[in-house]
Amino acid sequence: MASVALRSVSKSFGHVPVINDVNLEIADGELVVFVGPSGCGKSTLLRLIAGLVPVGAGDVVIDGEVVTDIPASKRGIAFVFQSYALYPHMTIARNIGFALETLGLSRQEIDAKVAEVAVTLKIDHLLARRPRELSGGQRQRVAIGRALVRQPEVFLFDEPLSNLDSDLRMEMRMEIAKLHANLAATMIYVTHDQVEAMTLADRIVVLNKGCIEQIGTPQQLYHAPQNRFVAGFIGSPRMNFTAVSANVSGASCHLMGPGNLSLDVAITGPGVPAEIGVRPEALSIAAARQGKLTGTLERLEDLGHEHLAYVRIAPETAWSVRLPNSLARTALGTSIGLDWRFEDLFLFDKDGHRLDHSLSHERSAAANGALA
Amino acid sequence: MSTRIKRRSGAYYRAMRRVRQIALGCVTALLLFYVLFPYYWAIVSSTKQGAQLYESVLLPALDFRHYKELFRDANFATSIFNSLCVAISTTALSLGLGTLAAYALGRLNFPERRSLLLTVLMISIFPQVVVLSGMFELIRWFGLYNRVWSLVFAYLIFTLPFTTWVLTSFIREFPRELEEAAIMDGCSHWRILTSILLPLMGPALVSTGLLAFILAWNEFLFALTFTLTEGSRTVPVAIGLLAGNSRYEYPFGPIMAASVTVTLPLIALVLFFQRKIVAGLTAGAVKG
Repeated sequence: MASVALRSVSKSFGHVPVINDVNLEIADGELVVFVGPSGCGKSTLLRLIAGLVPVGAGDVVIDGEVVTDIPASKRGIAFVFQSYALYPHMTIARNIGFALETLGLSRQEIDAKVAEVAVTLKIDHLLARRPRELSGGQRQRVAIGRALVRQPEVFLFDEPLSNLDSDLRMEMRMEIAKLHANLAATMIYVTHDQVEAMTLADRIVVLNKGCIEQIGTPQQLYHAPQNRFVAGFIGSPRMNFTAVSANVSGASCHLMGPGNLSLDVAITGPGVPAEIGVRPEALSIAAARQGKLTGTLERLEDLGHEHLAYVRIAPETAWSVRLPNSLARTALGTSIGLDWRFEDLFLFDKDGHRLDHSLSHERSAAANGALA
Repeated sequence: MSTRIKRRSGAYYRAMRRVRQIALGCVTALLLFYVLFPYYWAIVSSTKQGAQLYESVLLPALDFRHYKELFRDANFATSIFNSLCVAISTTALSLGLGTLAAYALGRLNFPERRSLLLTVLMISIFPQVVVLSGMFELIRWFGLYNRVWSLVFAYLIFTLPFTTWVLTSFIREFPRELEEAAIMDGCSHWRILTSILLPLMGPALVSTGLLAFILAWNEFLFALTFTLTEGSRTVPVAIGLLAGNSRYEYPFGPIMAASVTVTLPLIALVLFFQRKIVAGLTAGAVKG
């Protein structure tokens, strides 16, 4: 088993910088998930670790050893590709055993190992078939089997479940969690799916434009995001934001904004709030002019297990509210109030950094409580 | 408000469909006639004797004397053998070299790649006549004049560019992740080429190989220029230089018999590889 570290890693394609000075330490046996919008460089970062893309500057360290110049196949790494990348002209058995063939193992050894892996993944009845005769879920299992058979120290997954339908995705997600628990191997997992990130990760790395925005446990990212980007990226529907103007006098601060927003907050650190954010699930509906914000109810969505309401608080800003029960259709177009508990309020300065206010520690305590 | 669309009765559209079907049938028949008639006429003429040739009878006379004479002729057998040697060697060489070049041009990144690809394309647009005299000198210098191998050497100049070009575009469309998977599995470039790419390139290799074979088999100008004696002639030249019994007789019948005979291997090849060719044409459309 092995730890993985990135030391000031950068990479550009031509003149386009893709990864900017990334530093990251991943402990032995940890499952770390890279998330970020498309084009943020998460797949490239994974390929840099694998050695499929040469590093521009900096070092990749695996198990305390610098592997920057060591070829991909000699790094003790297995890679599971998004498209599975099974060899179409080979049987499943040969697909799984191909790496061992390249290593020069004997036929019997290969067959024994392939059979063992196939039983673990419940694909032993498919060994004689070819990839095109398999369903998506089965192909995914084969792709994982191909990684498993090499007994790597680090597993890299590049959006492995994105080609599956939602039922299978859930099933395979559990399989991967089980696999991680059983093998206790280091795993790095790239996804754009928040549910996968939140449920699988020991720690999540949020990437944006080739830089790390924040590293933390799922709970830390949700309850105590360091900046506006992370706050907006983690959570679905995303956090509601609106720009505010602040009147600072000492530690107290008066915020004014759209939707008749008028709030007093106590800032505990330096910085002036320029924007506030509240998660849809922290909002509740109040009577008009009774809440902290007032807006017009614009749209209702019934998802069965939850209900979403969209409230327009300014011509260009609508806030989403997650509710357990539907509102009356007749309320559409009327003016309603939005309310929230003070500890659910996020404040950001004009550069997007999150500011602490007098009640934010309760939220952090909740995050740490969830950790313990 | 919706725009009002003018609509006619169902019977009208049914009739139109019939008309279109009939028109399509007619055009197809015309095209088939255009493509097949010359070959059919060659077969018909090859079975006619002497004066019969000058009667416009569409049915074959079924007299195979010309074919019997043809197969008794040792020179014709030699030229068929020469043609086979040339066409097979040209195909094999251009596929081998073309695959290696295509892998480099399609996958490996090096700065001169674009200009190199353009050069390859440039070479293939020169008319044969332009390179003829230069090629003649080259062949003399290499001491290949009047040898069969001079033709392999000369044909590579037009088969290699198009094989390289076609195979390069095929390799470019090849899924990148498949190659990355092979790299993770510890494959060298050579092993990726032989174990992963080549088995999957079968259809592309067959289609380009077949084209190269047909080009080399049918080529006339180079073959006429670079060979002198009967022993080193290929089939097209041998047919072109067939002589009659007297200088006043044009050996139309034997020429047709020979033409029909040398077309048969090509037809056999195409039919044999037919399914592979179709697979090659649609290869990019199907996701693995």
